Amino acid sequence: MMTVMAAGRALRRNLPGGVSAGRVGAVLNRNVGALRSGPAYWLVLLSGFFEPLLYLLSIGVGVGALVGTVPVGGRPVDYAVFVAPAMLAVSAMSGALAETTFNVFFKFKYAKTYDAVLATPVRPVEIALGELMWALVRCLFYTVLFLVVMVVLGLTSVGGALAAFPATALVGVAFGATGMAISTFLRGWQDFDLLTTGQFTLFLFSGTFSPVQDYPVVFEVIVTLTPLYHAVELVRGLAVGPVGWTLLVHAAYLVVMAVAGLWVAARRIGKLLLV
Amino acid sequence: MAEEPLIVARGLVKRFGEFTAVDGIDVSVERGEAFGFLGPNGAGKSSTMRMISCVSPPTAGELRILGMDPVRDGVAIRGRLGVCPQLGNLDTDLSVFENLTTYARYFGLSRAEARRRATELLEFVQLADRAKGKVEPLSGGMKQRLTIARALVNDPEIVLLDEPTTGLDPQARHLLWERLYQLKRQGVTLVLTTHYMDEAEQLCDRLVVMDGGRIVAEGSPRELIDRYSTPEVVELRFAGGAEVAVKLDGVGERVDALPDRVLVYARDGDAAVAEVHRRGLSPSSVLVRRSTLEDVFLHLTGRTLVD
Repeated sequence: MMTVMAAGRALRRNLPGGVSAGRVGAVLNRNVGALRSGPAYWLVLLSGFFEPLLYLLSIGVGVGALVGTVPVGGRPVDYAVFVAPAMLAVSAMSGALAETTFNVFFKFKYAKTYDAVLATPVRPVEIALGELMWALVRCLFYTVLFLVVMVVLGLTSVGGALAAFPATALVGVAFGATGMAISTFLRGWQDFDLLTTGQFTLFLFSGTFSPVQDYPVVFEVIVTLTPLYHAVELVRGLAVGPVGWTLLVHAAYLVVMAVAGLWVAARRIGKLLLV
Repeated sequence: MAEEPLIVARGLVKRFGEFTAVDGIDVSVERGEAFGFLGPNGAGKSSTMRMISCVSPPTAGELRILGMDPVRDGVAIRGRLGVCPQLGNLDTDLSVFENLTTYARYFGLSRAEARRRATELLEFVQLADRAKGKVEPLSGGMKQRLTIARALVNDPEIVLLDEPTTGLDPQARHLLWERLYQLKRQGVTLVLTTHYMDEAEQLCDRLVVMDGGRIVAEGSPRELIDRYSTPEVVELRFAGGAEVAVKLDGVGERVDALPDRVLVYARDGDAAVAEVHRRGLSPSSVLVRRSTLEDVFLHLTGRTLVD
């Protein structure tokens, strides 16, 4: 909660493109208010945190006992050390996506929340930014807890955790923005099955549970084009090593995703609601 | 020099693909007026309101709100409007009070100012006792009053109300009208759409009658009634149906046969009734009443308004 308020204060300035930080903050503020509406949201919040943690424990630690070590940057590490940063990246992705897909879609299509907001000085891009910031808050809530678990279990150092933390924010913003753009194209709840399947496929095959170098070359190439791979590589590089220039490529991929997603989402909100 | 009208439209058009919702209308609304768009569903009222609310760009024609261009200056204009939409879009995740404070923040009001306004407005719409409660359990009339309170949170110069009392019971309607009348007395410019004649007569200083995207008449309710109707109307029902209408030729100034009744427009209703009986006709029911906007609409479009 303090993070939100601090973010709100920091944002009371004007941003480029006529975007008002105050109005972005007001969109964010609406979601803080909704938190007080009852326990339902908190339950969703908690279950979202436990999922990657359960995978870490069952596969990373459990299956890891059978696997032994895997090489990361030429250095053998415990399987759990290999899997943990991937689950961290996944929790950043899922936290942000859950907010900008399910919740944004509902507000956009059914609750007509944004119709009411657009009757005020708030512009579509400010709605998109506000929702994205809120998704980031949720994402960071997950990743902070997850990093604490990782440090406690000895899966990363404190330094590694501090280095990986901002990367999880980038992962959240990239997936949050892309998810928001996608949710403006969804026709109804049936399309969420597709989204969930897509998300699960990324979850399984993004160098999460085995190094991509172990995949057949064709699949390796395909995987290196998909977003979660870059998120996992970036977070793993910072949390476990090795740190190298290639991390910038992964970061750049995520920045492009964030900017493109935000641009599409803002345009679509305007195009569909301001008719 | 006279002040520029708050809203000016010249040849305003709104098309959705092939469909023309608003077909070249001219409107001007002065400060402090209560202005109405009257017409049946599909007349183009809501499309017009959305353009004035700066959430729908005009397809063609000129539109100026508060002296500004709604497409270029949308942010500045919306900051000075209060919009009460037809479809309820209150935030069900928030309490009644938070619906107002949250909305106030979109207009840039400070947290303290938002709370002060919310308290004041809940008092005004008589919902102070529901402040902490949820939105969902509120009755239709209460929700509508809350939506009006929300529209007032930025102390707007123009309040736009799209069918404010549709679906409300008579008591709720009267309470709402009374609140809107209070606003008008405070000098707020009201623009509303309605398909209820009594609402237009109660609230509007001036109105336009819309049909098929065009304006078919304009004036004060009294002027419109005087111009397009007679002082009194006799409603006759016949057991055998409305075929007897032909026999009523020449009674009063005009006769309109509706499926369920015959309307006779007359300067003197009682005299018209006497003439009906003199012709040997025996209607099963007779009602003499004052002419209303409903009659104006029927005359202008050949159709009844609410079906």
